[in-house]
Amino acid sequence: MTPFSYRRPASSMDASALAALKGHKLLGGGTNLVDLMRKGVEHPTTLVDVTALSSEIIEMEGGGLLIGAAARNSAVAAHPLVRAHYPMLSRAILAGASAQIRNMATVAGNLLQRTRCAYFNDPAASRCNKRQPGSGCDALEGFNRYHAILGGSPGCIATHPSDMCVALMALDAQIHLAGSAGTRIVPLADFYRLPGDSPHLETTMEIGELITAVEIPASAMGQRSAYRKVRDRASYAFALVSVAAGVSMQDGTIEDIRLAFGGIAPRPWRALQAEAALRGGPATPEAMAAAMDAELAVARPAAGNAFKVELLKRTTAAVLLELTGDRS
Amino acid sequence: MAIRINGNEVAIPDDPRVSLADLLREQLHLTGTKIGCNQGACGACTVLIDGERVLSCLTLAVQADGRAVTTIEGLSSEGSPHPLQSAFIEHDGFQCGYCTPGQICAAAAMLRGVADGMPSYVTADLGERAILSPEEVRERMSGNLCRCGAHNGIVEAILQVAKEDVA
Ligand SMILES: Cc1cc2nc3c(=O)[nH]c(=O)nc-3n(C[C@H](O)[C@H](O)[C@H](O)COP(=O)(O)OP(=O)(O)OC[C@H]3O[C@@H](n4cnc5c(N)ncnc54)[C@H](O)[C@@H]3O)c2cc1C
Ligand code: FES
Ligand code: FES
Repeated sequence: MTPFSYRRPASSMDASALAALKGHKLLGGGTNLVDLMRKGVEHPTTLVDVTALSSEIIEMEGGGLLIGAAARNSAVAAHPLVRAHYPMLSRAILAGASAQIRNMATVAGNLLQRTRCAYFNDPAASRCNKRQPGSGCDALEGFNRYHAILGGSPGCIATHPSDMCVALMALDAQIHLAGSAGTRIVPLADFYRLPGDSPHLETTMEIGELITAVEIPASAMGQRSAYRKVRDRASYAFALVSVAAGVSMQDGTIEDIRLAFGGIAPRPWRALQAEAALRGGPATPEAMAAAMDAELAVARPAAGNAFKVELLKRTTAAVLLELTGDRS
Repeated sequence: MAIRINGNEVAIPDDPRVSLADLLREQLHLTGTKIGCNQGACGACTVLIDGERVLSCLTLAVQADGRAVTTIEGLSSEGSPHPLQSAFIEHDGFQCGYCTPGQICAAAAMLRGVADGMPSYVTADLGERAILSPEEVRERMSGNLCRCGAHNGIVEAILQVAKEDVA
């Protein structure tokens, strides 16, 4: 690790002023950043510890939750209101990493964790356009089992590895940001960029901005919701594919639906086309298959991950059948 | 700036690069805490901070400023083994022993978490208090790998202590 200094500001104003300085990087739990510094992927000159910022989880007027950026992943998963109103969020967080890591990891850090692409994480011997713009991408022709089938570009097919963010995407979460120009709220749907020809630019945050909170609106779909993750071992592994789904049913038809996927795209993938196809229709395997065909029509799998297309279709159908099945 | 480690005040190292694991092992010679992967993937370095399990390899010592750290050395009291230590011996919860301090620290915090109502990915109903089954123990302990494959003994040992705790 290259030497760095350490600061712990007490307010988000101070943190944002520090974040704007060259070489300064915000530190949450450190479970991703410290690892990347040790691997030589990141070399900040100053770490700005933002865990003293709000970690409260507050119920908002009219329902909905406001979760402080420094809230630990485990605290969110265990919170009674999250478990009762947004079970898919609890379940998604609990599907990620290990208990130790969830105790350390913050909500903001989870949102901004970097890809687990082996080539991104190997500065000594691999080419990566995300790590070093213009250097090439070794994943395209390399080991790409864990890589994207949707949303990738000829320059980068790395996935966003988070479980939590897949549920947040399905729940229409909003990201609260603070910077020198003031505060603003960005829908999570507009927070991440797709790689295109600049895979090193991952979000729409400005220099000096930081996340202060995540807002989850009240949602009828939150209640009847689920998260399922398919991986190479039963636990403590990143997703091959994952599905976050919430539905509301009326007289046997799908009144409304939220659907998002993990492990298959550079950002948590909101399945708007599949949602539109299913909304107002029957909850049958045929309807689900047709909806997934529509969503995945533009899928571009690589040599090592073509199986994800079918795996995602089946996992989605399994989750939806469970959610829409008989329960009065 | 100081950390309370097993009840003793310890100064934070000047260089913020020092991890909590390195502080424990290299400077304080508390070598019960092991480093397996040094990248968050194995759990051998598990210690407790304010009673919660964390990975000391991914924690900078400076991040533990003002907090209380308990290592495997601090878990037993007055020379007599912690109930989990006895149960691991009784149920062959280890072979080489490298993962054991991390397993036992993790299990101690895990049992407290269950008592506090912490759910897991395999808890069927998130609205209910989880009942500790072998499946629950395996899921909740999945952050601690054992290269010797002593997992069956580990799960038995933990379930036995859980049962005694309730009794
Ligand atoms: C072995 C291992 C297995 C894992 N498995 C999974 C898994 O299965 N599923 C999963 O979802 N995750 C998994 N993770 C990743 C884990 O969830 C992330 O490392 C964690 O969520 C990051 O949170 P943190 O607070 O530690 O972030 P940090 O490492 O502290 O920071 C991450 C990034 O966020 C930035 N940041 C932090 N706070 C703010 C803020 N307030 N505003 C703006 N920027 C900020 C930092 O500058 C940094 O760039 C795994 C990690 C490890 C090590
Ligand atoms: S040494 Fe810390 S997790 Fe492996
Ligand atoms: S006992 Fe050898 S690694 Fe677990």
